[in-house]
Amino acid sequence: MRNLTAIILFCLVLLPAPLLIQSDFWITWLTLALFYAYLGQAWNLLGGYGGQFSFGHALFFGTGAYCTAILQIHFGLNAWGGFVLAAIAAGLVGAGTGWLVFRYGLRGSYFALVTLAFAEVFRILANSFEFTGAGVGLLVPLQPGFAQMQFETKAGFFWLLLALVGACLLFTYWLQNARFGARLMAVRENEDAARALGVDPFDTKLRAITASGAIAGSAGAVYVQLFLYIDPNIAYGPAMSVEALLVPIIGGLGTIFGPVLGAFALHAIAEIGRLAFGDAPGLNLVLYGILLVLMVLFLPNGLFGLGKVSFGLGSLRRLFKGGAHA
Amino acid sequence: MLEVSRLSKRFGGLVATNDVSFTIQEGSISALIGPNGAGKTTIFAQISGFHRPDAGDIRFNGRSLVGLTPEKICLLGIARTFQIVQPFAGLNVRENIAVGAHLRRAGRRAALEHAEAIAHRVGLGPQLDKPAAALTVAGRKRLELAKALATDPKLLLLDEVMAGLNPAEIDEIIPIIRGIRQSGVTILLIEHVMRAVMNLSDHAWVLNNGALIASGTPSQIAANPQVIEAYLGHGAAARMQAQIQEARHA
Repeated sequence: MRNLTAIILFCLVLLPAPLLIQSDFWITWLTLALFYAYLGQAWNLLGGYGGQFSFGHALFFGTGAYCTAILQIHFGLNAWGGFVLAAIAAGLVGAGTGWLVFRYGLRGSYFALVTLAFAEVFRILANSFEFTGAGVGLLVPLQPGFAQMQFETKAGFFWLLLALVGACLLFTYWLQNARFGARLMAVRENEDAARALGVDPFDTKLRAITASGAIAGSAGAVYVQLFLYIDPNIAYGPAMSVEALLVPIIGGLGTIFGPVLGAFALHAIAEIGRLAFGDAPGLNLVLYGILLVLMVLFLPNGLFGLGKVSFGLGSLRRLFKGGAHA
Repeated sequence: MLEVSRLSKRFGGLVATNDVSFTIQEGSISALIGPNGAGKTTIFAQISGFHRPDAGDIRFNGRSLVGLTPEKICLLGIARTFQIVQPFAGLNVRENIAVGAHLRRAGRRAALEHAEAIAHRVGLGPQLDKPAAALTVAGRKRLELAKALATDPKLLLLDEVMAGLNPAEIDEIIPIIRGIRQSGVTILLIEHVMRAVMNLSDHAWVLNNGALIASGTPSQIAANPQVIEAYLGHGAAARMQAQIQEARHA
């Protein structure tokens, strides 16, 4: 109940932000923070609640982004339709990946490596085909207006992302109070013990990766309307995968508000980094790396776990100890 | 209720289960005993679907369990505990038990209520909100029992739920297990604590080197020379007899 109140309060507080804040810079900043929160929420579902650490969530993000861009450019589909189809396509890619990986019982670092490899394969494929624009990428035509999910003001995107993040918060709240969530967390904690209690780990993880993929794919669809451009490196490169996992790890794995908290914190730090080091490419990633090490060492439960003992370090340890289970 | 017939399982050159057959009557408490490494837990793993037998059959109410997954077998009504306790460390006691309760209850509220009732039954009532990782050994053993019980099993396989407990804790858990049987659950237990085996079970089987060497009521088993030898080594029964004779003459 307290969580539900917090979700409603969070949305209500942010709702009038575009009316109160005049600076374009800050509205853009908030919008991007919400975008990464949304991506992080997708990752948190599988990684935080399911304990399956994906290093390749760009696979789903990129699939969603390309799906909507291609449908729009080549088939003239409406962006909202593209948004829905992007989620479906990325969900299917998630289900396919999950079916392959979980069928053979890959866990821990093996799962992470396979997702990383899959994203890389898709990056190379996107680089090679005509209809994905190959290395040049795809430019989505500018058609401002609500009908094409391209808003005339910055506030439009802000509200769209706030609605999506809010919906995800509610979904996570539901998850924590549902049988599916209980089973997912049981699988995360101890797969054999879960099986002994009648939980089917394959089915549970498959649902989680499908839902996680669909959400990440819909994030890709929004990204395309926001920036009107996609290329293989943005779509399937490691940068997006790293953002997706860093956000919930910093905020708090397996918590409702972790990804939101993490996205705002990470984005603030990245902004400070840009001010301090200028736009030197790659320095941001060094900063992220240092941050990740510090978080794992000193705040395994994320910012959210500052005052609360829950889960975190154990699962990271498991990640590196983990291994294949036949 | 459960019929195990000619069950065999090898791990490489080691015969872990060698042509084992036994039948468990509905409503009974039976015990599987034997020295360490005799293959007791391997039999549990085969009944519960974690290991597939190489030969033989396991039938539960007439239905063969061979080849079914652990989750399917649990759904049919057989729940097991683990000798090395397997709590969901990041969850609290209530949430741990609720995972089991969810097997036959879709709603969260119904599952949590059932979990609480089960916790009170096994004496975990005061610890419902504790993280599972914070429980003592005795608490973890009870949690193991509670999780399995929450799935509403017809047959409960208990793998050394008393190992590592002190005598006072064992005295607490014996009436709990008896209460579970009275509520209509058939029980098969693996146990080293002979006091508990004597106290609880109607029937016992003795396993040594993967094969059954004796079967009977607990008191029959305790007097069986083969059983004494399995535990204490070759010739032990004769030596014990001799010592008893000597003591009488002295």
